[in-house]
Amino acid sequence: MHVVVVTKSTPDTAAKVTVDASGKPTWTEAMVINPWDEYAVTEAVLLKEAHKGQATILTVGTEEHNEALKQGLAIGLDQAARVWDDALVGADSLLYAKAVAAAIQKLGNADLVIFGKEFADLGSDVHVYQVARKLGYAVLGSVSKILEIDFSAKTIKVERMLEQGKQIVTSKLPAVIAVLKDINEPKYPSFIGIRKAAKAEIPVWSLADLGLDAGTRQTQVSAYTNPPKIEGEVEIIEGASAAEKAAKLADKLIEAKVI
Amino acid sequence: MDFLLTEEHLMAQKMVRDFAQKEVYPTIKEWDRKQQMNPDVLPRMGELGILGINIPMMYGGQGFDYITLALACEELERVDTTLRVVMSVHMGLNSMALLQWGTEEQKQRFLVPQAKGEKYAAFGLTEPNAGSDVAAMTSTARREGDVYILNGEKMWISLATKADNFLVFAKTDTHANPTHAGITAFIVTKDMKGFTAGDIHGKLGVRAGSTGWFAMENVEVPIENRLGEEGEGFYIAMSCLDNGRYTVGAGAVGLIRACLEDSLKYCHERSTFGKEIGKHQLVQQKIAYMQQWYDAGRLLILKTGWMKNMGMRNTRETSMAKWYATDMSVKAALEAIQIHGAYGFSDEYDVERYLRNGKGAVIYEGTSEIHQLMQAGYALGYRVDRPIRCELPAYDPEVWQREAVVS
Ligand SMILES: Cc1cc2nc3c(=O)[nH]c(=O)nc-3n(C[C@H](O)[C@H](O)[C@H](O)COP(=O)(O)OP(=O)(O)OC[C@H]3O[C@@H](n4cnc5c(N)ncnc54)[C@H](O)[C@@H]3O)c2cc1C
Repeated sequence: MHVVVVTKSTPDTAAKVTVDASGKPTWTEAMVINPWDEYAVTEAVLLKEAHKGQATILTVGTEEHNEALKQGLAIGLDQAARVWDDALVGADSLLYAKAVAAAIQKLGNADLVIFGKEFADLGSDVHVYQVARKLGYAVLGSVSKILEIDFSAKTIKVERMLEQGKQIVTSKLPAVIAVLKDINEPKYPSFIGIRKAAKAEIPVWSLADLGLDAGTRQTQVSAYTNPPKIEGEVEIIEGASAAEKAAKLADKLIEAKVI
Repeated sequence: MDFLLTEEHLMAQKMVRDFAQKEVYPTIKEWDRKQQMNPDVLPRMGELGILGINIPMMYGGQGFDYITLALACEELERVDTTLRVVMSVHMGLNSMALLQWGTEEQKQRFLVPQAKGEKYAAFGLTEPNAGSDVAAMTSTARREGDVYILNGEKMWISLATKADNFLVFAKTDTHANPTHAGITAFIVTKDMKGFTAGDIHGKLGVRAGSTGWFAMENVEVPIENRLGEEGEGFYIAMSCLDNGRYTVGAGAVGLIRACLEDSLKYCHERSTFGKEIGKHQLVQQKIAYMQQWYDAGRLLILKTGWMKNMGMRNTRETSMAKWYATDMSVKAALEAIQIHGAYGFSDEYDVERYLRNGKGAVIYEGTSEIHQLMQAGYALGYRVDRPIRCELPAYDPEVWQREAVVS
């Protein structure tokens, strides 16, 4: 059994990100593992412990993404790999997905690939579906629970949390899943894991190592700008009782077409 | 000379920070108001390995160095002093004493479960009528065959009602000359007959922790539970303080950081006279001082940590670091409250708790006055450290990371 978690480092969600004069996003705080990936990593550790298998953490990115890989190793994953190549600077999601898929193939394929719900910095999850497509694996998004998984029979049954409600889905393995916060309580690194992670030599693979060619990009980011300032005002709703205040508030919200 | 923390240090620091911020911070005010310890704190610190952080793996610990202990204490006290107090007594004053003075059998019996977090440990030196003047203690231990009979009362004992194992000091010889030469150290467990304990309420600070008393009435302590030799207790107690004070000082550095970080945030949020208060020079002066206290305190602590790693005697340096960092943490808390104005005077913000908590640390583990006497004593040549029979072992990664042989 081989589970692969695909991750990246992102600015801490508490970080204040601004676009500087040169048009680049900047922030002062250190990078952390993409917050959604904490759930993916924990799920992989739980699976590997329950099924006595192998779990790998993978990233495509510069050295600053080692942070996320080391965090994964410290929490209990077995090995890490990083893909980077100057030709990947400014890569779009499709090129990114090609690199991830090729790296997973180089790792000898996977029974299950786990992503966090989305990349917290880009607010995007399109790469999840692109990776699944490139690998030819089934894809299950918004997974809130793995109900059953059988690595020898190659089947998985999950609960998906959708806007309309919960959905129970079965699928064949190998599969790519994207997990939600409900799936587990993220684990902390152990001290022994920390020592292992600090000592780990993480291999870096170039596009040539993966037999890939960057090719031409489909999309390109041309500019970043700061979001417009939100001007708001505070209104205190008065009323004799909580019920009266709530009723007034509801009226106001309906009037403002918020609800 | 190398001021760089290793990747292991940084990752361990982050892990402890995440635990304290995510699991303790959200409810700390409630526990502080209730004057009770959050019951999840000790078990979680045990599960995560924090309670054995710098103990060799062969004794059930995590095998990290003494600097990691300081970094952990800083992160714990950044959130609440009571978390760091756990490390001071369980680790600094008790477990490290077992590592330093214990026989192999005592290490197996007491240190291993403590390092694994299966048992919690505390330290009983102070009595209702003997604090700074340790040798004035009146607790006694009378040898009868293979046991000692302990009698006496200990007061202001951190984790008195939470700990399983207590390192207790009592006089085996009440006529010794000098008087401190009659003190002996014992490991007393809470299940021993004649042992009772309780909490003290109405404290100014560390209200989310446990501080209490215990009494011993003809408690039979087997001879195998004597730590060190008869009459060696005073030296053991002082060596314990070299480690306890280190954790207190490291924690105080975290408290200064708490004051600084909260003040920086408030400086940007609050405006008076048309500008944020951080733009007023008198407010800036307070910030500059807090930064100075933090930087200097941290350097003093990390240097003593380095000395511990190297196996160098550090009684003077630890005393200096503890004295400086705790005194400055009280000042920093006062300044943080001042920066927060009336809001700082209310428990809506955390800074009032910092002051109440910080005030304890200039009293326990040597009052600030005692540290001044020590520093002057060293400078004037009235005080010299003599070698002790068992020094704290230097940190050796190979030894620390060797796993226990399972027989
Ligand atoms: C929150 C808290 C937790 C504690 N936890 C523990 C614990 O776990 N285990 C434990 O054993 N003890 C513990 N203590 C006790 C602590 O160590 C003592 O309170 C401390 O040693 C001071 O002793 P005292 O309170 O008896 O003060 P005293 O020794 O009576 O001192 C009173 C005052 O006189 C001053 N003074 C005393 N002697 C001199 C001198 N020679 N020259 C100048 N000034 C002097 C002191 O500085 C102080 O200001 C704790 C205390 C507190 C507040």
